[in-house]
Amino acid sequence: MQASPKLEVIDLACERGDHRLFSGLSFTLSGGELMQVQGENGKGKTTLLRALCGFVQPVAGAVHWCGRNVEEWDEDFHAQTCYLGHLNAIKDELSALENLLLTAGLSGVQLGEKAALDALRRMGLRRKEHLPVRVLSQGQRRRVALSRLLVVDAALWILDEPLTALDVGAVDLMQELIGEHLSNGGMTIFTTHQPLHVAGIETRELLLS
Amino acid sequence: MSRLSVFGLLGLVIRRDLLLAMRRRADVLTTLIFFVMVVSLFPLGVGPEPDMLRKMAGGVLWVAALLASMLSLPRMFSADHIDGTLEQMMLAPQSLTMMVLGKIVAHWMLSGLPLVLIAPVLGLQFDMPADAIGVLMLALLLGTPVLSMIGAVGAALTLGLRGGGVLVSLLVLPLTIPVLIFGAGAVEAVSGGMDAASNLSLLGAFLLFALVFSPFVAAQALRISME
Repeated sequence: MQASPKLEVIDLACERGDHRLFSGLSFTLSGGELMQVQGENGKGKTTLLRALCGFVQPVAGAVHWCGRNVEEWDEDFHAQTCYLGHLNAIKDELSALENLLLTAGLSGVQLGEKAALDALRRMGLRRKEHLPVRVLSQGQRRRVALSRLLVVDAALWILDEPLTALDVGAVDLMQELIGEHLSNGGMTIFTTHQPLHVAGIETRELLLS
Repeated sequence: MSRLSVFGLLGLVIRRDLLLAMRRRADVLTTLIFFVMVVSLFPLGVGPEPDMLRKMAGGVLWVAALLASMLSLPRMFSADHIDGTLEQMMLAPQSLTMMVLGKIVAHWMLSGLPLVLIAPVLGLQFDMPADAIGVLMLALLLGTPVLSMIGAVGAALTLGLRGGGVLVSLLVLPLTIPVLIFGAGAVEAVSGGMDAASNLSLLGAFLLFALVFSPFVAAQALRISME
């Protein structure tokens, strides 16, 4: 992890189809900061997060990580981010444990079985580790997907609606996890329609309109 | 925690795809059964004349292999696309090209290799001589990976399109014609008492060429499809 990671968004503009979603968007996010992207449906929240990941090519502007354009960082930038989108990226046929080991492996993290089990148990999936994911509920699948955050050592968490399908207990757990991540010098940018409060941290808000 | 090496990554992707295939075996069997059925239909259609069957065996087996390998192409990336795994693969701090190569190898092991292994049995059905069967297997062994590699580019380009399944066959089949010509040519050469070395060398050259370029091109096509 970098000593003082910093994400700068400079004059960013994105389109979908011919429709301009937002333009002239600038902000800076430093270690220990939490930012919530707000806006009505269709205002480009997901597009913004996807542009940060590099899935969407912005029409104008740039994203800088620690002072350098992310296009120059390329894979090294990806090593420091963890993105969780609407899709869980887990396989129905595999167990929660297999899923976590494989997704961690694909992210370049070689993970021991014990560390993976610990992460799943922390996410409240005790005794569900070896069940095929297809028999789990939506909320439990989301927990499997979120457990990736615990095992990947990334400074920047990009979370698109992380609380979807989660129960009250899991939302509290997420707040706790984000709090820990921030106190370790990490940063998080997320979208949600539910309130999310992390103790001792003031959530910065970014309104897309 | 430590980073994976390139070959570690390759092995991981292959293991993962094989594991997934073992959990839904029906997909693997459809390709194989389709191949056996298409090949078996020809004697029924053109009549059981041993001379004629011997003569057309190589061509029939190759065309059937080509069609069978098209069957599983649309699935190559679509499952990972739908559940979001492909997004995560692109965000991984590792070479997407190597991951694509891993998926191609796994795809070949599940759709190409079974055809190579069952081909001798079908060759006997056409009364092929033993040396022709040997060359047929060798030609398929060299040629079917090329089909998976060209197919990967087509599958990546048509990812997420409506009717992508048929489109990928239309796109890929014309590109596989050289493989068909030299693959069937090798079998024909041996049957005609000639040496198949030149045909096999060309197939080997296709294989190397595709091995170098197709994973990279398919990875770029995936990036375009994901936007």
